[in-house]
Amino acid sequence: MHVGKRVRIPASDMIPNNTKITPELVAEHGLKADEYERILKLIGREPSLTELGIFSAMWNEHCSYKSSKVHLRGLPTKGPWVIQGPGENAGVIDIGDGLACVFKMESHNHPSYIEPYQGAATGVGGILRDVFTMGARPIACLNALSFGAPSHPKTRHLVSGVVAGVGGYGNSFGVPTVGGSVRFHSRYDGNNLVNAMAVGIAKKDQIFYAAASGVGMPIVYLGSKTGRDGIHGASMASAEFGEDAEAKRPTVQVGDPFSEKLLLEACLEIMAKGCVIAIQDMGAAGLTSSATEMGAKGNLGVTLDLDKVPCREEGMTAYEMMLSESQERMLMVLKPEKEQEAEAIFRKWGLDFAVVGETTPTKRFVVRHHGEVMADLPIIELGTEAPEYKRPFVSQAKLDEIEADSVQAPVGTIEALEKLIASPDLCSKRWVWEQYDHIIGGNTVQRPGGDSAVVRVEEGPKGLALTTDVTPRYCEADPFEGGKQAVAECWRNITAVGAKPLAITDNLNFGNPERPEIMGQFVGCVRGIAEACKALDFPVVSGNVSLYNETNGRAILPTPSIGGVGLIEDFTKSASLAFKREGDAILLVGETTGWLGQSMYLREICGREEGAPPPVDLTEEKENGDFVRALILDGSVSAAHDLSDGGLLVAIAEMAMASDIGAVLSGAPTDIPAHAHWFGEDQARYLITVPKDKVDAVLERARAASVLVSRVGVTGGDALLIEGEQPLPVAALKHQFEHWLPAYMAGEVHAA
Amino acid sequence: MNAAVLVFPGINRERDMARTLKLVSGTAPAMVWHAETGLPAGTDLVVIPGGFSYGDYLRCGAIAARSPVMDAVRAFAAKGGLVLGVCNGFQILCESGLLPGVLMRNQQLKFICRDVYLKVERSDTPFTRGYNAGQVIRVPVAHGEGNYIADGETIARLEGEGRVLFRYSSPDGLIDPNWNHNGAINGIAGILNEAGNVLGMMPHPENHVEAIVGCTDGRGLFAGLAEHLAKAV
Repeated sequence: MHVGKRVRIPASDMIPNNTKITPELVAEHGLKADEYERILKLIGREPSLTELGIFSAMWNEHCSYKSSKVHLRGLPTKGPWVIQGPGENAGVIDIGDGLACVFKMESHNHPSYIEPYQGAATGVGGILRDVFTMGARPIACLNALSFGAPSHPKTRHLVSGVVAGVGGYGNSFGVPTVGGSVRFHSRYDGNNLVNAMAVGIAKKDQIFYAAASGVGMPIVYLGSKTGRDGIHGASMASAEFGEDAEAKRPTVQVGDPFSEKLLLEACLEIMAKGCVIAIQDMGAAGLTSSATEMGAKGNLGVTLDLDKVPCREEGMTAYEMMLSESQERMLMVLKPEKEQEAEAIFRKWGLDFAVVGETTPTKRFVVRHHGEVMADLPIIELGTEAPEYKRPFVSQAKLDEIEADSVQAPVGTIEALEKLIASPDLCSKRWVWEQYDHIIGGNTVQRPGGDSAVVRVEEGPKGLALTTDVTPRYCEADPFEGGKQAVAECWRNITAVGAKPLAITDNLNFGNPERPEIMGQFVGCVRGIAEACKALDFPVVSGNVSLYNETNGRAILPTPSIGGVGLIEDFTKSASLAFKREGDAILLVGETTGWLGQSMYLREICGREEGAPPPVDLTEEKENGDFVRALILDGSVSAAHDLSDGGLLVAIAEMAMASDIGAVLSGAPTDIPAHAHWFGEDQARYLITVPKDKVDAVLERARAASVLVSRVGVTGGDALLIEGEQPLPVAALKHQFEHWLPAYMAGEVHAA
Repeated sequence: MNAAVLVFPGINRERDMARTLKLVSGTAPAMVWHAETGLPAGTDLVVIPGGFSYGDYLRCGAIAARSPVMDAVRAFAAKGGLVLGVCNGFQILCESGLLPGVLMRNQQLKFICRDVYLKVERSDTPFTRGYNAGQVIRVPVAHGEGNYIADGETIARLEGEGRVLFRYSSPDGLIDPNWNHNGAINGIAGILNEAGNVLGMMPHPENHVEAIVGCTDGRGLFAGLAEHLAKAV
């Protein structure tokens, strides 16, 4: 090709549709030789160039789930409250009162590394579209961001761009970004992760799906015009990065949140007017994927006339139009008698509206351009005949447990706490979430910084608890336990605000599945997720798989992000982590053994990333969680917080910093080393504070329920005062907690 | 209260504003599309809510300021009608010439969403009669371009005529750069026009009207307006 030429030659003059399909061209489309053989067998002839493009778009990892499908079938996806599980634009659950919650999380990892602002922005835009396509008004966004080591030269630039992009899109679109997580690790150098989650509310009996119905129905194109941006985006997302990652910038789409806001209002308006039979947003693989999905799901053929497609640029070829990933576009099947009404609504909002095709009885996907047939493919098989791999995988050996006694404490308890609280992963993420409008909508009951965000549903009293969680270092050390833990922590965070966990969306980020050890991580994590979801009655209703997160052969930490949704019947009863008053008893729920393997303490204080991660006892999780939730809902608890990274003392410090109230704490018990007691990361634990007069009753109920509850101290004063240690003023701690990230982003500190 | 809330493409806090107006006054406002050339009969308050009109792809508020409905708003204001612009609404009022000055990018060059403290400078206006002069209220901001500036002469006039109604302050009411998140000159958060019937402000009082969602410090503005309009009838 004419690389480096300054004059842009229209692609139509460059590669005609009848181009000879060479092995090189097949490889450039990310298709393996045997996959191409499969195409030849399926259609019985050599494909046209447009057809090859369509196959590459549909059969890449991102769209076809060819490596993951076989394992994803093991996930529990059903429950009496599940209205729609995986397979649609988003999952749907029943939240009562005739309402449904529609939600999903999706990655935009590769684009966000190449072009952080636009990559992150369009990630948010894409997931919002998935939610409102189903008829829901988005009420909240969350995200899970993983960046490389703070010392890596690109990290600051990526954090700055990604955060601005997430905010730039959500703020303008007008949805509150209420929660999320941010982590740093050298294994994300060159492969940062951007997982965006959107949550919406719809009327339960007005959910819209992709399946077309009826022959001869007009297929309508709505939204922004089609340009040359994002061509091959999905294929790019299905390959590893090498040194040439930067050269892939043209595959990244450009977001326009203004158009998306108009598209939202216009779509909801025509849905309310009863104009829509089927609707599908144009996300990955654009027009190709949306048109074939609508046809295949409705068991119908689709004919598209590309001369009718609104284009941003002149001279676009069929190949380019079919593969463009221009944003803010929708495809719909409208009721013919409502077409004019729908068009008037779209014109009012200043959006493009064009009939670009129709449904047919042939079950063929036919694409015409300038009167010629550019593609003619079997629509059902395009999806169902996509390759499916049972890739070889190896399960890694279990790592040795690290005995608490074998770990020497290099520094004292107070110094360790100060270091941990100021470490990149545990420090305040205020610098990030203050760039997100987290209050628009007027329903954000619990803002970022707590265990889960709590968002009021319409006029209340119902509220949704929302969170994203995963501990990648646990997943790396033991994929199965790590997968379990990601779900358990999500469940715990929802429980800690008093909500009942209902369902999750999973966003599975891994390296190259063609490597058996990576596939082993994937299989292990998915099995762990499945086991925890079953035990906790917490089905998976939507999700996304992102593989090939590798640069130059080095994979990311396995990162199965879990986005959870819980329901609280009366949001005014939700608990928050801040201490509420002096003199409340601080109680620890759950068993503390002092598990230091893979802990933040071991990593940040001892410089070791070693050992088996803490095991997750799902029965204990359920018992302890149900106990805490019941206490919150009957008003016995003044504050609640789950224990996770950093263990007991970090959790106490977080509660103190959120309230500016200190605590007087008993010393560590004699049977566990002090640092293991304070910083061990045993699972299934919560901290609760209980007013003095209710403590005995709570302890009695714990005994009756066989839940382990112990007193760790009393709230009060303006410092953390541990028996036998120097007092640590909360204000000083808070300064350290808040200092690191802004200072790092301003270039004032270099972290190790 | 017969409020009219203007809706420009890209405005996104119109629902928050409508809900608050109804909550405080008991009457739901009329939602008025930007292409309209008149206001509903009997309108006694025009509210321009926050958001990103036209994506704010040009100067914030510049395109909305030239919408057909703004001619009606200018006529309404000229006759003494009350106009409130919040956030993007403030920017639109500045761009439309109803208020002086401009809103530049925040000093830190970043969008900021957080609770801030505002010192209420006067209580003898329809907009602030629900507060005491000198009272400090806590309300959220959510903007990337809220850094108010005008030429020296204009600022001197605004200050001299007591047209600065809200100022970013410390929780104790001190005007302190550390408590001014966007760098606005003199900590200016909200200003009145010369006639005293048009208010533009960056913070969002409409998002702080319920104790369970933030706090109720924003309520006074709407309650005061409702009271003023009830008496005017």
